[in-house]
Amino acid sequence: MTKTVMVEARGVRKSFGSNEVLKGISLEVKQGEVMCLLGPSGSGKSTFLRCINHLETIDGGRIYVDGDLIGYRQVGDVLHEMHPSAIAKQRRGIGMVFQRFNLFPHLTAIQNVMEAPVGVSRKTKSEALQAAQSLLAKVGLADKAEHYPSQLSGGQQQRVAIARALAMEPSLMLFDEPTSALDPELVGDVLDVMRDLAKSGMTMIVVTHEIGFAREVADQVVFMDAGVVVEQGTPSQVLDNPQHPRTQAFLNSVL
Amino acid sequence: MTQPSLNGEHDIVAKPLKHPWRLVFALILVAILGAFIWSLVTAETIDHAMIFKYLFNKDILSGAWLTIVLTALSMLIATILATILAVMKLSQNPLLRIISTGYIEFFRGTPLLLQIVFWGYLGIIYPTLSIGIPFTDIVFVQGQTSQLISAFSAGLIALSLNEAAYAAEIVRAGILSVDSGQAEAAKSLGMSSTYTMRRIVLPQAMRVILPPMGNETISMLKSTSLLASVAVMELYTQAQKISAQNLAQIELLVVAGFWYLVMNTVLSFPQRWLEKRFGRGFGPGVSGRILKVRRDAK
Ligand SMILES: Nc1ncnc2c1ncn2[C@@H]1O[C@H](COP(=O)(O)OP(=O)(O)OP(=O)(O)O)[C@@H](O)[C@H]1O
Ligand SMILES: [Mg+2]
Repeated sequence: MTKTVMVEARGVRKSFGSNEVLKGISLEVKQGEVMCLLGPSGSGKSTFLRCINHLETIDGGRIYVDGDLIGYRQVGDVLHEMHPSAIAKQRRGIGMVFQRFNLFPHLTAIQNVMEAPVGVSRKTKSEALQAAQSLLAKVGLADKAEHYPSQLSGGQQQRVAIARALAMEPSLMLFDEPTSALDPELVGDVLDVMRDLAKSGMTMIVVTHEIGFAREVADQVVFMDAGVVVEQGTPSQVLDNPQHPRTQAFLNSVL
Repeated sequence: MTQPSLNGEHDIVAKPLKHPWRLVFALILVAILGAFIWSLVTAETIDHAMIFKYLFNKDILSGAWLTIVLTALSMLIATILATILAVMKLSQNPLLRIISTGYIEFFRGTPLLLQIVFWGYLGIIYPTLSIGIPFTDIVFVQGQTSQLISAFSAGLIALSLNEAAYAAEIVRAGILSVDSGQAEAAKSLGMSSTYTMRRIVLPQAMRVILPPMGNETISMLKSTSLLASVAVMELYTQAQKISAQNLAQIELLVVAGFWYLVMNTVLSFPQRWLEKRFGRGFGPGVSGRILKVRRDAK
């Protein structure tokens, strides 16, 4: 059985001024797969993730999510930048979780989860409320629904942020170092939620320094450095038997 | 006397730090204020009965009401305009940025009194006004400027347009105070930029916008008195009109001053309510924190 391709990146290039941050990234993630992205600081992991939902424009290559070209319309050989409303529509199918949570501080946990379904997907309030309650229960925070983000621990905030992204019923979830701003004792709860999500069949791309998590959950591990993919393969190939010296050096430094 | 316990299980029993100088300064202030009030009360030159006679005069009260209406309407119009100008100034579109910057520079750069008189005298510059589609025969409204724009609307326009320029910078500062991660998270959920501004950014910006806007409202309430120059019958104009007849200038200034003070004092209540409303979720502020200090138990 062949699984459909959920994310396809072909030769993605991106520069900030004269600094070329992505130098032709080509990757493929199949539906239901988890890809973990590793690499030293500044290697372009966040930038690549942000290109996938067009938070950054790209300078070359193509990104397809669920068969759709992201951010551009192709007419013949020419790319036309999409209208912001069309890009917004594409983003609804792609959930994103940030290193610093970015919850809306003026809204309670449940309001954070309901805001986009009600305001963007035009769900009814009661429909969205029900969905939000069950999502908060899923991340173990049913009793914190009425709390404001400032009244929650970092780990709880990150789990609300995951519920908020899931409320849009995305077909792909992007995680940018979701646990690296957390106290060590709070990391486990967030990883548990992500592990459950992976088991439920969600397609995920996770930038992380949690090697244990990558080894256990990932279908593919990709090691990036200086804007290129240095090595990729199964967790045991890349993590236990790295071929490239840069991968070996990096793994030695984080383990 | 019970000895303060060193055992951690008990509440700390400590005498609060004493501030003797506060009391001294407070007493000096009270003395100065008292002397000033006494000098006014005993002044032979002031007709105290006249003050009380006009304090609740019908024209004075209607003037005060008009002052409230002018303040409320012009602040409302100015706030809406200011939000549009602030968003324009922060936009990617260079044309919008230039228009907004030009507007702000122009209205901040000329005296308010000059602008008020300009709008009041608009009828001299443009005797007739018509609103329609240029280069066609289609006209929606046409007439004498002085009839179309009353003194009241000229005053309202002048105050609103001028205030919008100041408020725009306040709103802009508020928007800039919101962490860029907020707009980013909103984008990633598929929200449009308008929706993000309305539901995510502006409600958070309010926390920064409200205190200076309270100042602006107080300032506006007093600026309405400048409309005396174009004969809008607000509080100060009414007081002037009366004193022109009975020559009790000082007494009517006291009457007007009293009402300005009352109105501004009342304004602080909605201000406090709004600040609390938009402070939700931002943790207890210094004012919200309750410090329980146990007094030395005898
Ligand atoms: N908005 C920006 N403007 C200019 N340069 C940027 C911008 N964002 C990122 N960069 C640069 O791009 C490079 C890659 O950054 P990126 O954030 O993608 O790295 P990363 O792999 O996620 O690193 P980290 O592990 O520290 O998060 C860095 O050199 C960074 O300085
Ligand atoms: Mg990063």
